Amino acid sequence: MRSKNPPASAGSQVSAIPFWRDAGKRAFIFQLAALFTVGGLGYYLFSNTQANLARQSIATGFDFLNKEASFEIAESLIGYSAADTYARALLVGVLNTLKVAFIGIILTTILGTVIGVSRLSSNWLVSRLSALFIEVMQNIPVLLQLFFWYAIFYEAFPAPQQALNPIKGVFLCNRGLIFAIPEAHNAHTVMGWILIAVLVGGWFLNRWARRRQEAIGESFPVLRVTLFMALLLPLLAWVAYGTPTAMNIPELRGFNFSGGLSVSPEFSALLLGLVLYTSAFVAEIVRAGIQSIGRGQIEAAMALGLRPGQILQLVILPQSLRVIIPPLTSQMLNLTKNSSLAVAIGYTDFVAVTNTTINQTGQAIEGVAMIMAVYLLFSLSTSVFMNWYNKRMALVER
Amino acid sequence: MKFTKIMVLTIVIGLLLCTVAQAGKDLDGVRKKGFIQAGVNGGVFGFGMPDEKGVWRGLDVDTARAVAAAIFGDATKVKFTPLTAQQRFTALQSGEIDILTRNATRTLSRETQLGLNFVTVNYYDGQGFMVLKKLGVKSAKELDGATVCVLPGTTTEQNAADYFRNQKMKWKPVVIESTTELSKAFFAGRCDVLTSDASQLAGIRAVAPNPDDYTILPEIISKEPLAPAVRHGDDKFMDIVNFSVLAMINAEELGITSKNVDQMLKSKNPIVQRFLGVSPGNGKALGLDEKWAYNIIKQVGNYGEVFERNIGVNTSLGLKRGLNALWTDGGLMYSPPFK
Repeated sequence: MRSKNPPASAGSQVSAIPFWRDAGKRAFIFQLAALFTVGGLGYYLFSNTQANLARQSIATGFDFLNKEASFEIAESLIGYSAADTYARALLVGVLNTLKVAFIGIILTTILGTVIGVSRLSSNWLVSRLSALFIEVMQNIPVLLQLFFWYAIFYEAFPAPQQALNPIKGVFLCNRGLIFAIPEAHNAHTVMGWILIAVLVGGWFLNRWARRRQEAIGESFPVLRVTLFMALLLPLLAWVAYGTPTAMNIPELRGFNFSGGLSVSPEFSALLLGLVLYTSAFVAEIVRAGIQSIGRGQIEAAMALGLRPGQILQLVILPQSLRVIIPPLTSQMLNLTKNSSLAVAIGYTDFVAVTNTTINQTGQAIEGVAMIMAVYLLFSLSTSVFMNWYNKRMALVER
Repeated sequence: MKFTKIMVLTIVIGLLLCTVAQAGKDLDGVRKKGFIQAGVNGGVFGFGMPDEKGVWRGLDVDTARAVAAAIFGDATKVKFTPLTAQQRFTALQSGEIDILTRNATRTLSRETQLGLNFVTVNYYDGQGFMVLKKLGVKSAKELDGATVCVLPGTTTEQNAADYFRNQKMKWKPVVIESTTELSKAFFAGRCDVLTSDASQLAGIRAVAPNPDDYTILPEIISKEPLAPAVRHGDDKFMDIVNFSVLAMINAEELGITSKNVDQMLKSKNPIVQRFLGVSPGNGKALGLDEKWAYNIIKQVGNYGEVFERNIGVNTSLGLKRGLNALWTDGGLMYSPPFK
């Protein structure tokens, strides 16, 4: 058997290729040139901007973050007053955006899936109504929808002095939905921790139940057991603390209600508008995912005697999720970015707070850079999480 | 292929960068364009709002027209850009507009940190509160716990925060960017109080569905000297804008109106002769035509006429001169001598 290697005595008869004909080295040199061009461009743009700003004596730098904000923010998840710094005001804005985006994404996914599945229903009325919803919501610009819902909320509901009171402790007026919440108590912290512990325990229980099912073929009602424990254990903790029932009831004092928890019309209008708008797109994505499964598989599953719920869970979803998740990620990012329209209806999200900061300090470039950085962070985290989930759902092919 | 792409990209970006080069002084830019781009409010009746035929009307609009009359001899050589409170300064800083006549308050931080120069004040205002008469509130000190509609990014917002902090009262702001949407929310009852400059409150009330249901509370909680603004860096342009406004004030002091300015040209009073350009000198000093002040008064009017036409007692705003009267009548409008 002849070896493919040249005999050792042949020596280096092949001469070295000059570097400008060596494809690898050429690519390296071009990359270096490109790097210098882009780097030089970036440096030029940056220094040009700095020079122009200095020439017009516009303030630069991020020192303004430590100055007093001197404006109020209507709703915030953390304590804030006009005496706090701009940095804290911006944090309040970030939290407000996260609040809308997080709740909005969850609601959109649920509503979108429901509508997408109903669009495929064999019931003529249900499928036509879903089609109507999808067509109407997709085609009206989202800003108009936000204005519409906001106008409805403050026009339709009465003033606080004549607020609707459907049940004791719940008030509905054009300042928002105000309801009573339990008075803060130590029992609540303990109950919260117990709930988290039950959820973690439920996850481990699920893993154990799956292994047990593969070993001996018997299924374990994990969901029912976890739900039962999640209700029972916190209840026991509550009883152990002496069943504290003190409630923080809202009362009309002067102009507005004080006490209790309130959901403002701005937040409700933004959430409702965004969820309805985005769920129409999600419904179409879900429909596309489900229709991508061959009809034959569903018929075969029915022939095997699987119930419709089991068909959905075991046959349709695992395959359709692979088609659904990438466009669904885009819609989630769209919702997060569309939440910046809050500035038009008075909800103080991050863009609104930064706009006010820009106006008061005059530092537009730093402000817009911060907006870009924050939204980039949100979008990248959402994408990373969804891509990880997508990989988990991916078909492992041999 | 990759090399070609990089070269093309570099050339394209290089060409784009060439347009970033500075356009030169503001005045030269304006002269070359042939008109002034003025930033105005677009939503406040009496200061800067188009009427039902689409013609721009208001105190700030007429101020911009006066500057155009001074530079070009034609008060119509001005184009208006409506701006929100959050865009107004960035638009001026970036060069999108040449002059900002948008009821902007002159403050220390704006004058120093934004790279802008404010010229002489064309309206002395103060911040007030407007409430529904039905609520029975007689003074701003009774507003504890109220919901207040306010424009974001304005001195109004900061002043309200300071006032409520000083009085140790709680309040909830409702901040909507557009003045029209904000007024709509107030009239629909979303908030108890609307706060803004007293002149804007009068203008907003004038176009309300039921103007008589609302009352403006007596407290004026701040000083709001409203003045036009230009960018740092062009002193000649700033002088022209400054003296255009002062010309209108000076004309009223001299008793010159748009109706009698032609007769005043024949006046023997040396002060009037110098002002109207009959004795040359002022125009050359400013780099303008000698008839610049005459053009302003003839085409736009003196300060009193502009005031009465847009926001005076015979208009639906019904504002009295107050602090905006001439110094000889007890107000603050005082022009340096035109010589």
